[in-house]
Amino acid sequence: MSEKVMLETIEWDADGFMVDNSAWTEEIGTVIAGDLGITLTDRHWIVINFSRDVFTNDGDAPTLRKITKQTDVNTKELYALFPGGAAKIAAKIAGLPKPTGCI
Amino acid sequence: MADEPRKLCLIASKGSLDMVYPALILANAARMSGIETHMFFTFWGLDVVNKKKIKKINIASVGNPAFSMAPYAPWLKIPTWLGILPGMSHIATWMMNMEIKKLDFPPIPEFMEMIVDAGANVYGCKMSMDMMNLTEEDLIDGAVVLGAMEFMEISEGSNIIFI
Repeated sequence: MSEKVMLETIEWDADGFMVDNSAWTEEIGTVIAGDLGITLTDRHWIVINFSRDVFTNDGDAPTLRKITKQTDVNTKELYALFPGGAAKIAAKIAGLPKPTGCI
Repeated sequence: MADEPRKLCLIASKGSLDMVYPALILANAARMSGIETHMFFTFWGLDVVNKKKIKKINIASVGNPAFSMAPYAPWLKIPTWLGILPGMSHIATWMMNMEIKKLDFPPIPEFMEMIVDAGANVYGCKMSMDMMNLTEEDLIDGAVVLGAMEFMEISEGSNIIFI
């Protein structure tokens, strides 16, 4: 399946987040990232996998503060990895809903 | 979504804990959403970017008609005259800091560090600094001195919030 077709088969909400997060695969994550102009590295995957773990356990995407406290990715790096709004972009790539936390 | 990238300017003019947090939370939320953010600290707000004062930001226990023990005893209204008692401000500050910590919000010095790292631009008002005999050396890392006219240029076309 080409990348374009893959993106077209996914159901998105009004803000561009995946509606069905269980349909997410690492491949889809890579394609969403590519669509946003981001090439995923190991550092990105630390954040993505952590976010997905937290979502599975808590039902909510983690706050950036939680990510920086519980992984070795600090604030500066987090913003550099996901330019254009770290919280939103990371959640988008991880196939999670828009984060609701204020911090 | 708008085509023009959004830009937010916050003017933080107060030096009490309950007036500082809203400014920091909004600035941080703006950065998390990818919005260009500028924070201009003026008058009492300058304490937030002052190395020597940033750790000593308290709640004013006098002159706040909403002053209460909301998280512990919402029914208990504290008369404003009680606020003048020695230690009231410290007790209130301590209590609020405990509540803030429970929500996993960082204390102000760490919060400011986070905001600077998140890429927000942080300024100390030149006029206020001259008035208080401060120089850029007195400011926290990442903060720079800015005049009101320069702020006008920077804030062109942005949303402005005055706190």
